[in-house]
Amino acid sequence: MQRIGVFVCWCGSNIAGTVDVEAVSEALKKEPGVVFSTNYQYMCSQAGQDIIKNAIAEHKLSGIVVCSCSPRMHETTFRKTAAAAGLNPYMVEIANIREQCSWVHKDKLTGTEKAIILGRTAIAKVNLNAPLTPGESPVTKRALVIGGGIAGIQTALDIADAGFEVDIVEKQPTIGGKMAQLDKTFPTLDCAACILTPKMVDVAQHEKIRIFSYSEVESVSGFVGNFTVNIKKKARYVKEDVCTGCGLCTEKCPQKNVPNEFNLGMDNRRAIYIPFAQAVPKVATIDPRYCTMLKTGKCGVCSKVCTAGAIDYKAKDEYIEEKYGAIVVATGYNPISMEKFDEFAYSQSKDVITSLEFERLTNAAGPTAGVLLRPSDHKHPKTIVFVQCVGSRCSGAEKGKEYCSKICCMYTAKHAMLTRDKYPDTDVYVFYIDVRTPGKAFDEFYRRAVEEYGVHYIKGMVGKVSPQGDKLMVQASDLLANKQLHIEADLVVLAAAIEPDASARPLATMLTASMDTNDFFTEAHPKLRPVESPTAGVFLSGTCQGPKDIPETVSQAGAAAAKVIGLLAKDKLTGNPCVAHSNELMCNGCSSCERVCPYGAITYEDKEFRMPDRTTRMRRVAKVNEAVCQGCGACTVACPSGAMDLKGFASAQIMAEVDAICK
Amino acid sequence: MQALTREVLLDRAKALFADGTVDRAYGWKRGEFDYDVTPGLFRSVEEMEKEFVFDDFCGANFSKYLVEETRKGEGKILVFLKPCDTYSFNQLLTEHRFDREKVYAVGIPCEGMADVTKLKAEAAEGIRSITAEKEGFVVHTLYDGDKTVPRTEGLSERCLVCKSKKHVAYDELLGEDGEVADSARFDEVARLEAMNADERFAFWQRELSRCIRCNACRDVCPACTCETCVFNNPNSGVESKAPVTSFEEQMFHIIRAFHVAGRCTDCGECSRVCPQHIPLHLLNRKFIKDINAFYGEYQAGAEVGSRAPLVNYTTADLEPGEAVQRGNEHA
Repeated sequence: MQRIGVFVCWCGSNIAGTVDVEAVSEALKKEPGVVFSTNYQYMCSQAGQDIIKNAIAEHKLSGIVVCSCSPRMHETTFRKTAAAAGLNPYMVEIANIREQCSWVHKDKLTGTEKAIILGRTAIAKVNLNAPLTPGESPVTKRALVIGGGIAGIQTALDIADAGFEVDIVEKQPTIGGKMAQLDKTFPTLDCAACILTPKMVDVAQHEKIRIFSYSEVESVSGFVGNFTVNIKKKARYVKEDVCTGCGLCTEKCPQKNVPNEFNLGMDNRRAIYIPFAQAVPKVATIDPRYCTMLKTGKCGVCSKVCTAGAIDYKAKDEYIEEKYGAIVVATGYNPISMEKFDEFAYSQSKDVITSLEFERLTNAAGPTAGVLLRPSDHKHPKTIVFVQCVGSRCSGAEKGKEYCSKICCMYTAKHAMLTRDKYPDTDVYVFYIDVRTPGKAFDEFYRRAVEEYGVHYIKGMVGKVSPQGDKLMVQASDLLANKQLHIEADLVVLAAAIEPDASARPLATMLTASMDTNDFFTEAHPKLRPVESPTAGVFLSGTCQGPKDIPETVSQAGAAAAKVIGLLAKDKLTGNPCVAHSNELMCNGCSSCERVCPYGAITYEDKEFRMPDRTTRMRRVAKVNEAVCQGCGACTVACPSGAMDLKGFASAQIMAEVDAICK
Repeated sequence: MQALTREVLLDRAKALFADGTVDRAYGWKRGEFDYDVTPGLFRSVEEMEKEFVFDDFCGANFSKYLVEETRKGEGKILVFLKPCDTYSFNQLLTEHRFDREKVYAVGIPCEGMADVTKLKAEAAEGIRSITAEKEGFVVHTLYDGDKTVPRTEGLSERCLVCKSKKHVAYDELLGEDGEVADSARFDEVARLEAMNADERFAFWQRELSRCIRCNACRDVCPACTCETCVFNNPNSGVESKAPVTSFEEQMFHIIRAFHVAGRCTDCGECSRVCPQHIPLHLLNRKFIKDINAFYGEYQAGAEVGSRAPLVNYTTADLEPGEAVQRGNEHA
């Protein structure tokens, strides 16, 4: 029989407000095994912890129950308290009478009754607890960054600068991501390429960083400190180490009509291409969807013109397996499809474009060499209408997103301002729901657009855009003037909402990292652990976690790097002793547990057993590698014979808890 | 009428004993009455000549017996497997429950097996024997003469909705192999699903209340081969024989159906051996039907080493909420 001490916390009035803490500690005194029960204002305080320590010594306690807040808050605190008093830390159980009780009940009687039940439940469990000792596992001192945009680049540079090896996996032929496609950046209006490309070069030149471009993560196994990742290097049909990036092939390739993704399909590239001048790695890639040689076996022009002999039509996808201690997700975003927003006539007119397309139209490396021309007839647009929140802040979200995409207000102000600056004869209208500019020097920037550059900001939404001849008839409402507006526009720019990249969802599954309903990765704690995923060893950088601008992305990238460095700096990680173990006498050796184990922690061995009739029998039984087991418990429910159990969360303990609740 | 006679099987067994391939054989053994066939282990040709039978009453599936028997001795065991038995055989191999090297499996075709209970109902007393003839099953009685039952009425339910005449495992095949059938075996489940919750509860209450907890269903089930059954384990806290309350009596079978879910090949042995004639196989079939609907067609035992949907994860798996929703639609 255990000797259990019960410690009921008031949490000031957080608990004591709706729970009669005195009654709880009195009631729990009568539970089996309880030899001591008390309550105190703040159990987590030094004085509260001293009460626990003294009681452990004085009453020779073998287990304790703390009725307080969620174990996510103070379980570690009380385990350390117990350990300091010489009690095994796994003999501590927390009854959550705050989040699961006092905060959800208004009536003190109900709250008190439930708190007693929760306390009783924890007592029932601790009666069956056994001391546990955690094991240790080594840390692979290398990090993987998935995504080579500004988030991935910054994280990789920061980790590498601390002296750890970093691999970047980027699915495009070059790193750079969305930022490489931007023209200028708010609020300082410096050129995106001018500030990004030096960082791309830094990455390429860093001795600790390897870039796997045109590659994807195929599978992930293992756990914090010990991930094994399979990376697919897609065949680019050009030998990366031989190609000099001279670009001759991209000029000679006869297949000229391939939509250029970098310019969002507004101009064409060849079947063999280098995405943009400053690409890293600066290596050509053959697009197998368009290459005549790969499709029909007839052509070979690029191979003939390549003086380096880098072309390899027979190249195959390669798979690389590598071990990592930490993984950073930096998969970024895409503007949403405009398919469902046909009221803006995106599919009907070439002159209705998204903001990202506008970036390319104003960029010197874009399809118009930086001169703002309408896509349809290459004339200067004289009237431009910017529409904000296209797909953002959609209530009900039947066609858009419920969230604010955060960056649109600022980049639209930038677009409007730059247009007025370069082409002062242009009329610029911006339709908005609200203008949101909370950021350093952001509101000043927006005020400048309105006050100095004379951009017409109109509160109200555009109802319809209809192409008429070479004009776009924009019908909109001005909510402040309370009237309908009809504007004859030459160009309409839609601030499309942003959404996580499509690769994020399958990646989250591979990483067992959780996502919200919008497919943004969830952080371990929205305020206190914003760059960590709830899955240990997986970190978040940039817009994969939520909409962000560049300054925010870069600071989050640095924060994620700091967390990774903190992890990789350790030689060993203390494991979780709540791992699975198999009762060999009951094990059938059926392999069900091995099939469900996500960590590959279960193996089998043939073992000799003595039978009641004194014969011996060889049987196949499961064996758990405790260093690899993460205690997820999947095996315990898959086991048909009930041989598999989880230390610290044994079936018997859970049943005892259920019984205690139902008593 | 079976396609192969007792003699064909016996001759093959004799040859396998004679050339030393096997030293034991699982086969059907004559019982007190000729329709009372029981499973038996034969250790010699002589024993087989005396007692081995093969006719339309040989429903027993030997796969499960191999778990214990392969652990004894070094020699191989001959086992005759009907098509449906081979699925259990494979499922047990998937679960590593016996050593394949110790077994010599002979696949035999099956024309369906009789439901003795149905045939015995033809006469209140004085049944001398039952034979399978071309025109159907003939019940020979002392007082009423011969009664003929059409074959489709005398076959057991699992054979009427036979899922497969194809052998999925064997070392050698006697006779012809068949095909996987397009079975109507889920029709009865669909009928239960169409009931409202109260009707369905009443149905199972009526059926399960007859259970006497003899454990025959568990003992015969090829998916029930745990080293220590929870119902035999004093440490489990649920070790008991007779049902104490109606709740227990219902829960026993439902828990057992969960226990074998995803592993049950629908061999139907549970219902065959139930002395109370409870249609236990319907519980298992409901699981199979749901697994098929939720995760795609899956037949346990169709191949060795397959990853059953319930112990596998693919990104195409349905979300738990969807399963709940579909369940509610049937409630």
